[in-house]
Amino acid sequence: METEILARIQFAFTVGFHYIYPPLSIGLGLILVLFESLYLKTKNEDYHQLARFWTKIFAITFGIGVATGIVMEFEFGTNWATYSRFVGDIFGSALAAEGIFAFALESGFLGILLFGWNRVPKWVHLVSTIGVFLGSMFSAVWIVVANSWQQTPAGFHIVGKGFSARAEITDFWQMVFNPSSVDRLTHTWIGAFLAGSFLVLSVHAYYILKGKHLDISKKAFKIALFVATFFSLAQLFTGHKSADGVAKNQPAKLAAMEGHYVKNAPADLYLFGWVNQNTQKVNGLRIKGGLSFLVHQDFNKKIIGLNHFPKDEQPSQVNAVFQFYHLMVLIGMTLIGLTVLSLFYLVKGNLYEKKWLLRIFVFSAILPQLANQFGWFTAEMGRQPWVVYGLLRTDQAFSQAVSANQILFSLILFFFVYLLLFLLFIYMLNKKIKHGISDLEDKSKLSLNAKYE
Amino acid sequence: METLLGLDYPTLWFLVVGGLFAGYAILDGFDFGAGAWHLFLKKEESRRIALNAIGPVWDGNEVWLVIGGGALFAGFPIMYATFFSSMYIPFMLFLVFIIFRAISIEFRSKEKMLWWRKMWDISYSVSSIALAFLLGVVLGNVLQGIAIGEKLTYSGSGFFEFLNPFALLVGFTSLFLFMTHGAIYLILKTEGRLFAKMTKLLKKSYFLFLLFFILMSVYTFVFIPHLAAIFKSKLYLIIVPILTILSIANVPRLTNKHAYGWAFFFSSLTIALLMVLVAFGLYPNLLYSTIDQKYSLTIYNSAASIKSLKIMMIIVAIGTPLVLGYTIFVYKTFSGKVKLDETSY
Repeated sequence: METEILARIQFAFTVGFHYIYPPLSIGLGLILVLFESLYLKTKNEDYHQLARFWTKIFAITFGIGVATGIVMEFEFGTNWATYSRFVGDIFGSALAAEGIFAFALESGFLGILLFGWNRVPKWVHLVSTIGVFLGSMFSAVWIVVANSWQQTPAGFHIVGKGFSARAEITDFWQMVFNPSSVDRLTHTWIGAFLAGSFLVLSVHAYYILKGKHLDISKKAFKIALFVATFFSLAQLFTGHKSADGVAKNQPAKLAAMEGHYVKNAPADLYLFGWVNQNTQKVNGLRIKGGLSFLVHQDFNKKIIGLNHFPKDEQPSQVNAVFQFYHLMVLIGMTLIGLTVLSLFYLVKGNLYEKKWLLRIFVFSAILPQLANQFGWFTAEMGRQPWVVYGLLRTDQAFSQAVSANQILFSLILFFFVYLLLFLLFIYMLNKKIKHGISDLEDKSKLSLNAKYE
Repeated sequence: METLLGLDYPTLWFLVVGGLFAGYAILDGFDFGAGAWHLFLKKEESRRIALNAIGPVWDGNEVWLVIGGGALFAGFPIMYATFFSSMYIPFMLFLVFIIFRAISIEFRSKEKMLWWRKMWDISYSVSSIALAFLLGVVLGNVLQGIAIGEKLTYSGSGFFEFLNPFALLVGFTSLFLFMTHGAIYLILKTEGRLFAKMTKLLKKSYFLFLLFFILMSVYTFVFIPHLAAIFKSKLYLIIVPILTILSIANVPRLTNKHAYGWAFFFSSLTIALLMVLVAFGLYPNLLYSTIDQKYSLTIYNSAASIKSLKIMMIIVAIGTPLVLGYTIFVYKTFSGKVKLDETSY
């Protein structure tokens, strides 16, 4: 028991920390492609400077993302040996495909993106930037496919019994396009685009407020605002599609998301609330039959409740799933409100006079990050007690050979290393932002002795 | 069992995984080597040049580890699970040093303060040394075999059991091998006094590598009978160690002739041949059980299904030319001596 809990805490901690960075890389990748394409198209030096500036920030997020990502790959083997044996046949090919198609593409071209500005023609550099961006998109494909297979297994059969049971692949494409893959992938991608575009909005809102790099920042803000508005709205649809999939494929998770216990009854939709797991009641503000309506477009249709499942097949942390889910939705709505309102002011022509709105934007970069985290917490905690839905329980999946002390050792180690990493990340981000954009092209830096940044 | 080109699928995948790890050792090997020398370089400019010599490529090199790990997971999930959970502590340390190496490279030159740069220089060099050493230690444990009992589970005990004499010997061998390899890489990428300094340092690591390589070989024949037996039973295999020794001997010969490109080729070849040696030492085992041979994990009892291996063969067949293509492109773009510019670390 102790080993299981420690292994779960370590995995949640390391993957949660890791997940700050890849969405930023994907989102900033998109923005970099836009800036650099605009530069090549318009020959406007501003876009060049924007691309250079954001490349530097991209480099920091990418570096930390890779380093913390390798931890994840190893952790399957070190901490989840039984799980790895069980899913290896399926998970393995997705992971191998990620490595060879996505990761190699992204890291291969990264060298040129970061260090190739003076070495290759402009269009080759743009191709490299696109390569890095596509690589990061593909990474998401394979990782989300693997995780979706854990939520909605397909294209496999079980071979062997008891300890030596494992899932073997029968149909590769069925495995790849399992029932939840596509919806969850688009939802994840868009979450990443929002993380990236809101960081750009936040930094340039800061510059605009400070009166620094005004022209250039307004250009960047506008582009990022288009991206952010479009994708905040699009996220509504992918979110709805994902929830529909959960309703169909993982009814216990859906029930936990709304704290719906009664076996088979119309289910309410809560705007906010608190689940009392003992009384199986939710206190909060609700739309009666709202969940039934969202799923079946009928307020009175019945929805499977948690009590439909045996006690040991219900998620143990119903309230946590409920809260994370509702917070994610709340943030999503906030993002829509913020971007649509800003777009309205932009069209009216007085966006940059709304200091209060810009001040909100300065802090807004945290919002998509939180939504991404909360979304994954909902997805993963809602799947419990299963690690592979309906097939393998989490309490049977961890490494038997590893002792609680060993995990405690590594957990403490990771805690301090990641704390340091996070502080460094914030420090560097802050420094780059304070340092500003415009003196990047300072030619004096090209002489050998003045090359310290 | 189904075959392709006369080899069954588990054997083919064994070759793929072996090839990936050999590629990783050759590529990230010179990064580790360059990093291990870092504190021997005293001038700020030398350190920056050395750092930027691996600057555009180290990240791509690290990908080979990700792909190799993925390939092992994919092809031999049973071995992957048992191996990684058995070697828990060394792998956790390995991960922490991988992180420190990455952030040291990333952050070192971002501040001018002397203490800042010194701190990251130390962290960078110590991490590189530790990684080169730990890779050897883990390999040593694989070669020697580990205590796998029933239910495929490690039944060894103790926090530091992985630090046994043989593993330590392999650890030092790999450290000095990578330092030799890294020194030649730096020689290729540098000029002037740094270049001259590296040619001197190269000799030291080369000597230490030979010393540990001999010690390790002797230890193998005296204390690890199951490895020795393989070479006694199949005498023709002796060709591999002979080729390895010839390849190693070529390195000082070529550096004396100033043919550094070729010297680098032969230090890479040496690493590859040593991996071939490892492959012969293991095959068809992946993890030798020191408790009972019947618990050993072989490429057959720990492989994924044939269907899965076939799918992955297709993935590899499509992916490899792509990876090689842009790897060559990147190395070409940054070929020649290091020139610092405003994008450098």
